[in-house]
Amino acid sequence: MSDPKDFVAGMGSDFRKNPVRVAFVTRRTSAQVKVTDEDQVQTFPEVLFRALVAIELLTIGLVLISLAFNAPLEGLADPSHTPNPAKAPWYFLGLQEMLHYFPPVVAGVLVPTLVVIALVVIPYFNINIEAEGLFLKDRKRRLRVFYVVVGLFCLFLLYFDVYVALVPTLIVAGFMLLAAQSSPGSSSAFRSYLASKPLSYWIMTWFLFELVVLTAIGTFFRGPGWSWVLPWRS
Amino acid sequence: MAKTIENYFDQMRGTRVWRSVFRGGTGSSTLRRSLAIQQNVFLHLFSTKVRRRMLSFSATWYLGTLTLGTFLILVSTGIFLMLYYHPSVPQAYADTKDLQFVVSSGLFLRNLHRWSAHAMVFLVFAHMFKVFYRGAYRPPREFNWVIGVILLLITLLLSYTGYLLPWDQLAYWAITVGSNIAKAVPVLGNNVHFLMLGGNLVNANALLRFYVLHCMILPLTAIVFIAIHFWRIRKDGGLYSHQSEPKTLAAKAVPAPAGAVAKGAQ
Ligand code: HEM
Repeated sequence: MSDPKDFVAGMGSDFRKNPVRVAFVTRRTSAQVKVTDEDQVQTFPEVLFRALVAIELLTIGLVLISLAFNAPLEGLADPSHTPNPAKAPWYFLGLQEMLHYFPPVVAGVLVPTLVVIALVVIPYFNINIEAEGLFLKDRKRRLRVFYVVVGLFCLFLLYFDVYVALVPTLIVAGFMLLAAQSSPGSSSAFRSYLASKPLSYWIMTWFLFELVVLTAIGTFFRGPGWSWVLPWRS
Repeated sequence: MAKTIENYFDQMRGTRVWRSVFRGGTGSSTLRRSLAIQQNVFLHLFSTKVRRRMLSFSATWYLGTLTLGTFLILVSTGIFLMLYYHPSVPQAYADTKDLQFVVSSGLFLRNLHRWSAHAMVFLVFAHMFKVFYRGAYRPPREFNWVIGVILLLITLLLSYTGYLLPWDQLAYWAITVGSNIAKAVPVLGNNVHFLMLGGNLVNANALLRFYVLHCMILPLTAIVFIAIHFWRIRKDGGLYSHQSEPKTLAAKAVPAPAGAVAKGAQ
């Protein structure tokens, strides 16, 4: 027997005009139909029309960019002449920045593999499904773990001189401390927002922040020999 | 005026030829609109109805749709580029130069392909973060999230393999820097590097390999996974909106009118 709570069904008062299909599905079958009385629209034509408009606007934007800016084309590939610096495509420059500090096994293989694994497992942890504020329960112990983990990680970054990754880490850690001092009932909307955020939120936000900072540094602030340059002084 | 256009359109949809192609039939009743989706092999990846709330811009920022848009632009401009491009050394570079300076609209075609490629990488990341911050990876959508991660990797590989094709200094050294990382893979490093490039250096073999991956294998794989991605959205009960989830529903469930609730028999 299945748990009757699996199913909730109801009929709108206008079901003659706007028929709803009511499907009852047991746990073992694959479809995940749930009946709700939410306002729905037909995919054809409403949704498809909106998608079309969105894609058209995107196309117009990209066409304008393509008319205004030319794709780069340098001289013929010459294996005997290495440009300095030789840069990967922009979306890999965060990794290339890491390569500057760590051996290739770490920056080029271990880190990307861990990132992909971390992304894949996100939806398989119940802690991410329930998504309760990180410091709402068991605050003392969690703060202690937080201090140890973040402290060790910062020492690690310091040891390898990775200041570019250290600064974003410290900023995110600062917000996490503020979250630990706040509660959902805080008078400031921002602080109650922070307090409600789960661990996965903090990790992902830290990841996003590092991604943006490292990519921007690799793209704009790195010159010959991967030295620090200022883009507006060339 | 609008009325007549609509009439013509309806008439056209009623003709024998049209009806032999599209099985939905004429009229704009709810049934016909549903059939327009259900009776079309491509559209039936989507559900026939969508919660109105999920259409608002704030729900998704349309980022997945826009990612699909860049992919479609890339496929169509890419096919035209393929008509001029030979994946051989040094012809590849000469062809790219011709596209830039000789072929009519070649410059525009190449620009559009390249900027759209950058846009797609950006949008696919943006879409991923948007999905994450909405919490839309939650069951039963876990596996669609995993398919998303696969799509992210395919997108990066598509962009990376395309980067080499112009065979200019920028392309050559970017790929050299990137492929050298493969050497660092423990134990198998040099084999992976060799397999990837068809040699120990970025050379004509590497160009051919990247071309086959970029123009055949990766786009086809992407299409298959995009199809699964869309189909799973339908199967997983439409786009995630917190209020329509089982848990939330159970919490505020009120007894339905007699006869409207059936217990699932097993
Ligand atoms: C080629 C790349 C991709 C395309 C064309 C694509 C397309 C789409 C579209 C059109 C939607 C509908 C709603 C929306 O726009 O948000 C969607 C939803 C979704 N996408 Fe993607 N996507 C891609 C990559 C990804 C990636 C990289 C991830 C995550 C790692 C992902 C995870 C999801 C999930 C979980 C949903 C369901 C959201 C929900 O139920 O509300 N997708 N995708």
